[in-house]
Amino acid sequence: MSNIEKIPRRRFLARALGAASALALAGCDRLSRTEWFPQVLASAEKLNAAAAHLVTSRKSMAQEFAESDLSPTFRSNGTADPETREYQAMTANAFADYRLQVGGLVEAPQRFSLADLRALPSRTQITRHDCVEGWSAIAKWKGTQFSALLAAVRPQAGARYVMFYCADPMEADGTEFYYESVDMEDAYHPQTILAYDLNDTLLPVANGAPIRLRVERQLGYKHAKYVMAIELVASFDSIAGGKGGYWEDQGYQWFAGI
Amino acid sequence: MPVLGQRFEWRITLPQALVNTPSNASYLYYRHTLPVRVMHWINVVALTILLMSGLQIFNAYPELHWGKSSYTGSPALLEIKARDSATGQTIGYTRVLGREFDTTGVLGASRGPDGTVTRAAFPSWATVPGTQWLAMARAWHFFFAWIFVINGLGFLAYAIFSRHLARDLAPTRSDLQSIGQSLKEHLRFRHPSGEAAKRYNVLQKLAYLVVIFGLLPLAVLMGFAMSPWLNSLLTGWVDLVGGRQSARTLHFIIAWLLVAFVLIHVFQVIVTGFWNNLRSMLTGRYRVQGESRHE
Repeated sequence: MSNIEKIPRRRFLARALGAASALALAGCDRLSRTEWFPQVLASAEKLNAAAAHLVTSRKSMAQEFAESDLSPTFRSNGTADPETREYQAMTANAFADYRLQVGGLVEAPQRFSLADLRALPSRTQITRHDCVEGWSAIAKWKGTQFSALLAAVRPQAGARYVMFYCADPMEADGTEFYYESVDMEDAYHPQTILAYDLNDTLLPVANGAPIRLRVERQLGYKHAKYVMAIELVASFDSIAGGKGGYWEDQGYQWFAGI
Repeated sequence: MPVLGQRFEWRITLPQALVNTPSNASYLYYRHTLPVRVMHWINVVALTILLMSGLQIFNAYPELHWGKSSYTGSPALLEIKARDSATGQTIGYTRVLGREFDTTGVLGASRGPDGTVTRAAFPSWATVPGTQWLAMARAWHFFFAWIFVINGLGFLAYAIFSRHLARDLAPTRSDLQSIGQSLKEHLRFRHPSGEAAKRYNVLQKLAYLVVIFGLLPLAVLMGFAMSPWLNSLLTGWVDLVGGRQSARTLHFIIAWLLVAFVLIHVFQVIVTGFWNNLRSMLTGRYRVQGESRHE
């Protein structure tokens, strides 16, 4: 075969390859926007959760670090200062009027002031916060052991999940607020705390004052900031988008262990 | 040689002109069994999607660090970002180990599908999905990670039990003694032909073994090291590879080493007879030329 014939063939092949990959890419993007395909992809989340639970015990502990590992500052992500009138009023008097409402499927619904929460058994831990975006930061957290809070309100047998309702508005008009959920296994985990101190000082507004959840074996979006109310539920199917959290309703995995 | 799964064989018919000119001495040799062919192509699809969705995941935090966290006091090893120039233009830049390069058009800032300049570490044409969409990229990544792992375990089991590993992949003593010779021949683009082309050569065997037993399992392990849940498996195990951000960096480097492997692999496929090689990975049959050497 002569060179004169070869060049157009090579160019033809290169163009064909280029066109085929462009088509394949457009196909991927089209699949991402269908109703059914993301559901197929989401089946991997169940496998992720099942595999993670298979190889670890219920109480496997997240790594804890030394003071020397602390990040210079703990990055604030998402909302840095909820601008609602209610939240601003709470910050104005140093959360003196803050009451954490705990209800739902519990025997003894209660409202906890910050002093009440500080009176419950606490835990201090230096852990690594892993954001779904990819970054990590190490900080020291002190807070109420969630198992102690649960002991105070006595969950009913039907309670399967704990919902967290927060003060950070997710829409400009202040209508939708952040929400998250964990299952009872994580709720009773020794490292699950409602943190009120960060690096030995009061939890700053930028990081979720007056309290934020720490659920150390999962990614950052599980760690709800500005927690205002807690509800134990049998199912979150009828809450907001039905996926158990603000980011979950935007397509992120409920099991955020990876 | 027994022909596995011949009844289900997947054939394509190529026009004779595209196949190497047949000589009297040539014949078709059954080189790749059906399971190897099927698993090879599943792997091609899975790794392609893992790479492209991985790049989209990288775009959500376009920095790489070494250590337990991203805030160790040391600067990023790699940063692919964008900034505005004095004249208001969007400049894409890549900073590697402190050296900065203007990569406008490809890295940092590039044209999106609609033609407008978009700030993104990797460009739209290199990522799945094409636009910034971390949740969807993760969904693709984990789904195809499972396909990749199941397919890989299937390959491993098959390679061991069918003796593909022992017979075709493990280098023999004489292979190892001829490494220098093989290297010289590769550098001169002289490749085994005729009867010798029926076996993998020693560099080929070593490359496949490094990928199968080195890079691919390490990529999976570094993926595990990024999982906060799997971090709790054994206290401190992630620090053995330098910490979670180091694992993320290694995952990224391994991905590009795999890309380098694929580029060399495809180059070798092309220079040693593209259609013949392609056919052998589709139908299993490889045309062996007589003893005449062709280069």
